[in-house]
Amino acid sequence: MGKLTWSAIPFDQPIPMAASLFIVLGVLGLLGLTTAKGWWPYIWREWLTSVDHKRIGVMYVLLALVLLLRGFIDAIMMRSQLAVAAGGAAGYLPPEHYDQIFSAHGTIMIFFMAMPFMVGLMNFVVPLQLGVRDVAFPVLNAVSFWLTASGALLVNISLVVGEFARTGWLAYPPLSELQFSPGVGVDYYLWALQISGVGTLLAGINLVTTILKLRAPGMSYMRMPVFCWTALASNLLIVAAFPILTATFGMLLLDRYLGMHFFTNDGGGNAMLYFNLIWAWGHPEVYILILPAFGVFSEVIATFSGKALFGYRSMVLATMAICILSFMVWLHHFFTMGAGANVNAFFGVMTMIIAVPTGVKIFNWLFTLFRGRIRFEVPVLWAIGFMVTFVIGGMTGVLMAVPPADFVLHNSVFLVAHFHNVIIGGVLFGGMAGYNYWFPKAFGFTLHKGLGALSFWCWLIGFYLAFMPLYALGLMGMTRRMQHYADTGWQPYLIVAEVGAVVILCGIVATIAQLVVSIRSRDARRDVTGDPWNGRTLEWSTTSPPPHYNFAVLPRVNSVDAFWKMKKDGLDAPPTTYDSIDVPPRSPNGFVTAFFAVVTGFALIWHITWMAILGLVCATVTLMVFGWIERVDNEISGSDLALAERPRSKASA
Amino acid sequence: MALLRSAATGLATSSLAACHAAGVLDPHGPVSAAERLILLNATAIMLVVAAPVIVLTLGFAWWYRSGNRRAAYDPEWAYSGRIELVVWSIPAMVVILLGGVAWIGSHELDPAIKLASGSKPVRIQVVSLDWKWLFIYPDENAATVNELVVPAGASLEFVLTSATVMNAFFVPQLGSQIYTMPGMTTHLNLRADQVGDYPGISSHYSGDGFSDMRFVVHAVSPADYQQWLERTHSEPKALDDASYADLARTSSNVTPQRYGKVDSMMLEHILHIATHSQTAAHVQAADH
Repeated sequence: MGKLTWSAIPFDQPIPMAASLFIVLGVLGLLGLTTAKGWWPYIWREWLTSVDHKRIGVMYVLLALVLLLRGFIDAIMMRSQLAVAAGGAAGYLPPEHYDQIFSAHGTIMIFFMAMPFMVGLMNFVVPLQLGVRDVAFPVLNAVSFWLTASGALLVNISLVVGEFARTGWLAYPPLSELQFSPGVGVDYYLWALQISGVGTLLAGINLVTTILKLRAPGMSYMRMPVFCWTALASNLLIVAAFPILTATFGMLLLDRYLGMHFFTNDGGGNAMLYFNLIWAWGHPEVYILILPAFGVFSEVIATFSGKALFGYRSMVLATMAICILSFMVWLHHFFTMGAGANVNAFFGVMTMIIAVPTGVKIFNWLFTLFRGRIRFEVPVLWAIGFMVTFVIGGMTGVLMAVPPADFVLHNSVFLVAHFHNVIIGGVLFGGMAGYNYWFPKAFGFTLHKGLGALSFWCWLIGFYLAFMPLYALGLMGMTRRMQHYADTGWQPYLIVAEVGAVVILCGIVATIAQLVVSIRSRDARRDVTGDPWNGRTLEWSTTSPPPHYNFAVLPRVNSVDAFWKMKKDGLDAPPTTYDSIDVPPRSPNGFVTAFFAVVTGFALIWHITWMAILGLVCATVTLMVFGWIERVDNEISGSDLALAERPRSKASA
Repeated sequence: MALLRSAATGLATSSLAACHAAGVLDPHGPVSAAERLILLNATAIMLVVAAPVIVLTLGFAWWYRSGNRRAAYDPEWAYSGRIELVVWSIPAMVVILLGGVAWIGSHELDPAIKLASGSKPVRIQVVSLDWKWLFIYPDENAATVNELVVPAGASLEFVLTSATVMNAFFVPQLGSQIYTMPGMTTHLNLRADQVGDYPGISSHYSGDGFSDMRFVVHAVSPADYQQWLERTHSEPKALDDASYADLARTSSNVTPQRYGKVDSMMLEHILHIATHSQTAAHVQAADH
């Protein structure tokens, strides 16, 4: 069994054991309940083997929300440690445990919370907004999702079997090399991200193809909703950047498994090569996350202001400018490596230039609010909270783009505060806005408003309490990733930050409560119109939830904000006869392939050669076999369609 | 602008006074003083735009709420060439200004540039180890661990490397941090203008013992510095290959030590073994 023995399970450590036990029992309970209730056939047919972009989008978001819990537990453990580990105190988490927690927190929050949240929203919304029936490659879409889930599973297995990396969320060498990290932690990190990275790349290719090749008749590029533009930019970045990540991790894996010397100290390796490569992916990654969030805010602000988005062309231009510029700034993540003044100055100025299109976006949202009629539904709360918070985060970001300022702020908790400011204030707020905005479309009923607002206020206040003290501490010289600190003067600030984390916890609890309450009162909150917010784009022109073919007749588009225009011009009478349409049949390809990917990854992590070969062969064979099977699309005949659409036709008549 | 700057300074110093911290807003050398000035200037320049944007966001959101019937409503208004021009120009102008600050600042505060010195410059070789700092005074034939004694007013010329993984050398009150990287050297120039004790850290995570990679920079008068050197030279311990091998073993929370004599090729030796696995890997593999 390679390196795997019973000692891999940390029986002697109470905290991970209790956490593992809790998770294992939870999962077993869930599986037991599903079996007892006889839900397996439904789950298998409608979810695990589904190739419907809406189902896959929902599963992505669900994955993100579950992993948000895991990542947040890590966060609050860190805050609790730092709230007590002042002066001579060692706190309750020893360094070897604390170091795993901050590494897992960053890895999970970026790769398995923020990414699936954004990819999930894009998956669900883009085909609906484009007025088409699915993504370009529906089966590949399922493969992408399940590979992402595989990576998340591997990271969480490390909690029970073995250990996770102690090298931070980017696993910088030489620390992550075998010489300094001989355990399996870094291998868990690398294989989990390699597997999910392939999934992300495939998802990117899929959505780029969908946006470029499949749009409703009449939807030219300049009539696409802004969210589709930001999705296009984000997925172009995925296609361009993720291969860099895969290659970089590939080289580190070659170092660790085959004794090569890409990034080692000896043998002519150089760790700074890794720094450059990882950030050549890493900076675009930031924009992969934030651009779809910008798209969500553009939709939300326009819809709830009851007004067209101000400066649509500017928005498109700004989005694409950010897309290109994001590849030219990576060096600002290590100004302190001692590159010359010209190099630092160039990358500093390039970084600031990105602030121009970003600033334009903020102004355009501002002028969208101007002379609007703003309905304060939950999504718009997140949007306004974002605008205020993101301006602060953008400001501290530009501040650190000034190399001499970065020389004293780099790697400090000021930096930690900055990127949480833009990732919570930008990406997470965007995700939550999108979740509240499109939930009724996905499930056919609206979410509870009061609890949604409560969740927002807790997150907003909690964020400021948790991270404003870190800005101050960074200026006081506190660096990141410390397990304890000598200066007791820092402690009050860290206690405030801990309180902030507790307030955020209340926000998370409110979100869960909102979901539970809304499900239980769903009959009272049905969205029968399909258009609960008086929306502007095509996803609101179909029913909530949409039929699995999305549109019985593809809409004809003759302007931006197509559905708004249709409503203004008067909706066409529903047709009396329908053409038949083809929908792709479900496929177990994604689920089965991903299962073998997990087996392969686990075997590679533990150096179990036979299992790795077996897993890889099975994964490849299943992918090939399912790929080559003659698939006959399910045809829905015109008469069936007419039958299915009748209630809707009646309603609009 | 001047008003804003003083407001920003006031805000920063008052929050600082409240916490008596030894951070980057409390500079004691020309580098950190210049960096603080850039920090405050850049913040002030950005606040000129950012503050009104925040106020306008909240103001618009409040005034144009759907319940306010006095507010104008113009659902089709979505373009204005003039506003677009302004909207692109404002951030562009801010960035041109800040870009100038960044460009000039990068060149003036390049860590490799030597500083003016009140007395003879002091050359110091810095080596990060798991998990402590070694400071070698090549001109004085002395070395210390986790403690740096320097004459106030003298230019300090650092050459830095790492014997294991990467770290960063940072004394917040003196300014600029810089990476220490195995097999490579970086250059940093600082100066402490006043006598005092300035805490230093590693500001790049390097493993389990990282939190205790602390040291103190004691900036003393030139006379005290000479005395300290004499005392250090009387230490019997010498830094040679054997005692270095001892020191290179993994340890954390190390109390300050001094070496009265140093092998003149020590830095070259360290650079060599850091990049040749035979020696370094053995020490590491045994201890990690």
